Amino acid sequence: MLDITNLKARIENKQILNGVNLRVNAGEVHAIMGPNGSGKSTLASVLSGREEFEVTDGSVDFMGKDLLEMSPEDRAREGIFMAFQYPVEIPGVSTINFMKTALNKIREHRGLPAMDAVAFLKVMKEKMKLVEIDQSLLNRSLNEGFSGGEKKRNEIFQMAMLEPKLAILDETDSGLDIDALRIVANGVNKLRRKDNAIIVVTHYQRLLEHIIPDFVHVLYQGKIVKSGTKDLALELEAKGYDWIKNELAIA
Amino acid sequence: MGKDNQILVEITSKEYEHGWAVDVDTDSAPIGLNEDTIRFISKRKNEPEWLLEWRLGAFRTWSKMTEPKWANVSHPPIHYQNIIYYSAPKQRVTPKSLEEIDPEMLKTFERLGISLTEQKRLTGVAVDAVFDSVSVATTFKDKLGELGIVFCSFSDAVKEHPDLIKKYLGSVVPVNDNYFAALNAAVFSDGSFCYIPKGVRCPMELSTYFRINAANTGQFERTLIVADEGSYVSYLEGCTAPMRDENQLHAAVVEIYAMKDAEVKYSTVQNWYPGNKEGVGGIYNFVTKRGLCAGDHSKISWTQVETGSAITWKYPSCILKGDYSTGEFYSVAVTNNHQQADTGSKMIHIGKNTRSRIVSKGISAGKSQNSYRGQVQILKRATHSRNSSQCDSLLMGDTCGAHTFPYIDVENSSSRVEHEATTSKIGEDQIFYCLQRGIDEEAAVALIVNGYAKEVLNQLPMEFAVEAQKLLALTLEGSVG
Repeated sequence: MLDITNLKARIENKQILNGVNLRVNAGEVHAIMGPNGSGKSTLASVLSGREEFEVTDGSVDFMGKDLLEMSPEDRAREGIFMAFQYPVEIPGVSTINFMKTALNKIREHRGLPAMDAVAFLKVMKEKMKLVEIDQSLLNRSLNEGFSGGEKKRNEIFQMAMLEPKLAILDETDSGLDIDALRIVANGVNKLRRKDNAIIVVTHYQRLLEHIIPDFVHVLYQGKIVKSGTKDLALELEAKGYDWIKNELAIA
Repeated sequence: MGKDNQILVEITSKEYEHGWAVDVDTDSAPIGLNEDTIRFISKRKNEPEWLLEWRLGAFRTWSKMTEPKWANVSHPPIHYQNIIYYSAPKQRVTPKSLEEIDPEMLKTFERLGISLTEQKRLTGVAVDAVFDSVSVATTFKDKLGELGIVFCSFSDAVKEHPDLIKKYLGSVVPVNDNYFAALNAAVFSDGSFCYIPKGVRCPMELSTYFRINAANTGQFERTLIVADEGSYVSYLEGCTAPMRDENQLHAAVVEIYAMKDAEVKYSTVQNWYPGNKEGVGGIYNFVTKRGLCAGDHSKISWTQVETGSAITWKYPSCILKGDYSTGEFYSVAVTNNHQQADTGSKMIHIGKNTRSRIVSKGISAGKSQNSYRGQVQILKRATHSRNSSQCDSLLMGDTCGAHTFPYIDVENSSSRVEHEATTSKIGEDQIFYCLQRGIDEEAAVALIVNGYAKEVLNQLPMEFAVEAQKLLALTLEGSVG
């Protein structure tokens, strides 16, 4: 589904990604971990198409297409979804209205007719149940005055609505208490399917207790320096990132 | 920054949609303004002697006045002697039915999406269509007549309801109120008149649609709405003009008189030609709008969506004379390219326990300047009165300006005034958030702007809210700047 080869990227004059290689197949969940400043969020931003980052080398193939050639909105329409670490507020625009606009833009891109209000509401009700979100929240202005937990839950609700092929969760656990974390993780787990894939970007292991990854990668200094299974995450938790740094220094 | 500018470029490259002109034979006054011009207009309209005298009085007052300079706008001097003050489509006879109206003119309104022909009329909305200086058709007149509601062109009202006109003309905006109001009183050509009798709730939206067509012509219409005790009416005004390189002057007056327990809602969607991207041409929109809440418990509510005009100078106001009366002002003003807007409201509290609310949303783009100017005055005897004002500015790009000039004057200690102001920019983060959900930039800007203006758009009659949203998207989207 996703094939990242030797990806290098910088912001202004600072090189952040130094040759990332990663392959994600349908049905898989990959966790990307690493210390602060290792390039985790940059990788998420480059995949979603933020213009501040300049790709200097490498390629990204998404379902047989050159992802780096696509505009951010086309990436979204082709099935890439990013759950933001800091979702922005849009006053006066309800989540419902926002999702209706987004969903119909995506449908238009795929040659499907716009969904009418009745059909939309039906889908919405289903997804609300799935991710345990209250409609009163969806009637409010997008993210305005939402608590940290509500914002993240709202991101997962949007993921449920848009049914992406590849979802990137950027530090979705940050700022969540344990109950909110469980609800968000449950929502994500219910959205796992054979035909989609998820990349979980996280600093800590605790999210991975709830969303069990198939693979864990450690990103350090803009490169994936170690890959393994969920046990790698536990090892990192026990030994800290210094363990990886030391290992690299010796090598 | 890069993204923001890109959107702006796309937006600002949008063309004005209503910029065409049609060929209609016109009967015009000679260029320039003197007492003969006024006699010419009055004669053309077969007016009674008292109205001619009223006009002449206004002209003499105007001649002694000077153009106001306090607004935060700049323009080359207006040459009042180079304007044609009256231009009417040539019609042998007054049309008795739509079949007698010049088909070119009917087509004009069709193109604007306003159908005057019976079968296609928007149900629930009665329209008075004003083309250059005269009213060409008023729909649903008979149906409204059954309820005793008068809705007709100003000229017809002078003939058919002289007592009402005599009593209320100039009662809210006196001749000497300001420079442009005095000019209007001298040369006003046509407009709409509306009277809602005691206890009647007008069953449909009333609407006036103005179209400037002829070149070098000023448009000076006058609207008078009288709501008798316990009545209710919702009124909408729309306007467009062709694209011309010279500036055209539009100086209108709207007067609303609300008696005890009456309620009037007045909504405007102003889309005069704004000039081109370099700031050439466009309408100078210098308008006086005022409502008098004369009776206790009366209410006047102004809602405006201002997207057009090269310069807008307009302060819809309420004089809250009756005890417990209420005034409201909801405004979205959008400026792009070289447009300038100086707009806001005045709330004058005279009666006890009066309430007023101002919600102003400015959106500036391009090289435009957008000012809110508002006055809240609570007189000594207006005890226990309240006002709340909220003025928000949204900036697009970094070459435009937003300004707020609030004047607050409270003369008693039992009243309360609140003023809130915010300034924000459409953030790149907001745009990117939309893009990441598959919403393109143009749709994202429209979404964000409509969200920002929602509180005001919600006040519009339903039929027009959608229209206004599209217009915002087009001006902005095409252009908020």
